[in-house]
Amino acid sequence: MLDTLHNLALGFSVALQPTVFLYAVLGCVVGTIVGVLPGLGPLAGISLLLPLSFGLSPTTAIVLLAGIYYGAMYGGSTTSILMRIPGEAASVMTCIDGYAMTQKGRAGPALAIAAIGSFVAGTLSLVALMLLAPPLASFALRFGPPEYVGLLLLGLIVLGYMSSGSMPKTLAMAAFGLLLGTIGVDAMSGFFRFTFGVFELADGIGIVPVAVGLFGLSEILLTAGQDTPPQVQKPTLRELIPSRREIAESVWPCLRGGVLGFIIGIIPGSAHIISSFVSYGVERRISKHPEEFGKGAVAGVAGPESANNAAACGAFVPMLALGVPSGPIPAVMMAALMIHGVAPGPLLMEQQPALVWGFIASMYVGNIVLLILNLPLVGVFVNILRIPYAYLYPAILVFCVLGVYAVNSSVVDVWIMLVMGVVGYVLRKLHFDVAPIVLGLILSPMLELSLRQSLAMSAGSYAILVERPIAATMFGAVILLLAVSLGPSLTRGGGWRRLVGLDEAVD
Amino acid sequence: MGDPTQAEPSRAAPGGTWRSDRIAGAGLALFAAVVAWQTRTLPIGTLSNPGPGYMPLVLAAVLAALGLLVAWRGGESIALRDLRWPELGHAVKILGSCAFAAAAFEPLGFRLTVLAVSIFLIGVIERRPPLAVALVSFALSFGTFYLFNDLLKTPLPVGVLGI
Repeated sequence: MLDTLHNLALGFSVALQPTVFLYAVLGCVVGTIVGVLPGLGPLAGISLLLPLSFGLSPTTAIVLLAGIYYGAMYGGSTTSILMRIPGEAASVMTCIDGYAMTQKGRAGPALAIAAIGSFVAGTLSLVALMLLAPPLASFALRFGPPEYVGLLLLGLIVLGYMSSGSMPKTLAMAAFGLLLGTIGVDAMSGFFRFTFGVFELADGIGIVPVAVGLFGLSEILLTAGQDTPPQVQKPTLRELIPSRREIAESVWPCLRGGVLGFIIGIIPGSAHIISSFVSYGVERRISKHPEEFGKGAVAGVAGPESANNAAACGAFVPMLALGVPSGPIPAVMMAALMIHGVAPGPLLMEQQPALVWGFIASMYVGNIVLLILNLPLVGVFVNILRIPYAYLYPAILVFCVLGVYAVNSSVVDVWIMLVMGVVGYVLRKLHFDVAPIVLGLILSPMLELSLRQSLAMSAGSYAILVERPIAATMFGAVILLLAVSLGPSLTRGGGWRRLVGLDEAVD
Repeated sequence: MGDPTQAEPSRAAPGGTWRSDRIAGAGLALFAAVVAWQTRTLPIGTLSNPGPGYMPLVLAAVLAALGLLVAWRGGESIALRDLRWPELGHAVKILGSCAFAAAAFEPLGFRLTVLAVSIFLIGVIERRPPLAVALVSFALSFGTFYLFNDLLKTPLPVGVLGI
């Protein structure tokens, strides 16, 4: 505990340096704008703005990108509540009761509850992240290749199990991403795989062009042709204050959402999206007045908003402690760290304490900045939505091309983005969740290398995957989950997933 | 977030209709088959000593199985004829602009490429007033270039004309 406090002090000494602080604030502002803009979710936002971080130190870069991430989580709620437009996917559930509160003239309290709930849950989950990540990193030092094979397979199966759509479709997308990850030079034999004579493909397909194509470009293609500036309500500062009853009704949903969101955040998948669905389902289920949900229930705003912010923090636990991303956003952030020459993994906390703890401390700072930004300046941010889409999407498109090109100064990456944009457009029209593709892409080289290293260690015996206790436990969990989940999938039932509405979420 | 241009899924009685999941699942299985065919040029190795073609082949088999499962379960998915594509024409033009941008990016340079794409999208496709088109297009091309290339030191192509 003393070590943690000592490290946190070190983190604050880094996070409060004027430059780092300035970039944290900049990240929060940009993230809020990204969150407010429909279609530009945190993943596309981070991918697009990655080039902004190239000239920065690794610490400042990760602080900037993290600011964009949770800024987008905050910003997404604003348009959900005021206009029933989810700025990003995790705010879909907030639309239901948030907008209903707006229609009842309670837009201000809804915004305040969302912002304060996000702040409380975000801060609590940061404490949990701080306490959980270091021991997990120490534990992960015992991991060898067989344990990583088990961990990655478990992660992929849990991703399918927890996804907000049909499990076979999610796993198919993950398998597609894993296949994309095999493109390039094979690390163990030096063979060129699926490069078709394109030299630039030798290093494999980058995560940024895939993410920008699947999320940024496909969104532009899906929403092209729309051009009606929406009507916007702008509550004054006085109107933001919730009533005593509203505060009382939001306390427990905030805390429950925080705990639920953090736990779901650690689990692989699009945690911030799933956590808001699950939190909404839980709140509705345990409410004494479930009939109020959909008609402006305070818990329907407080729970999901707290959960998605807590999940954003929880998602950093496996990234910082294990060097394994739990979702596409931590995957892009890991890629950003690697661009800056920092190798994520269990040793990161030991070798780069200033970076890791500076990053954690900056999230405390960012939460406060966002609380201050989001309430008084809400009117300023929603004004962005008055810009006609006819001007907005060409600008986003330019940033897509620029962001993708700038990573490697490669036009091939722009073509990859274009192809992935078409793939994302078609898959999303067909109700597929494209996030697992990004996760599969980044996990693929790790999985293949770990498997082949394991077999090299055991002279070709697969028994090594179940002989070691940690790996055996993980494989046991994989088999158990497959047995539990494939039953309902094959029989067209849905188990608990259909009960909480996850199966209907995308299908 | 949900697709704003998406029709509500039809749950009409299955049978005799092309269903989206059936087509998508079959498409994935076909893609997996093509990948598996492509691995023939790579050494597969053995189970105990996998070669570079081993993992792609295993993943292609997994994808094919999942694709077939999606197709098998897809009897109640949305009917293809119920899928609406109102944005398709617009989307094709945007994709065409992107393809032009990718092809012209290095020969023409960032500023000229972005200028041309912006004028096409805002002026020709969206039919906005000429002054607005000019202002936004110049801001996007020259402003963004200045911000990234000059201020943030992210090198962007200048093209054969030096612009």
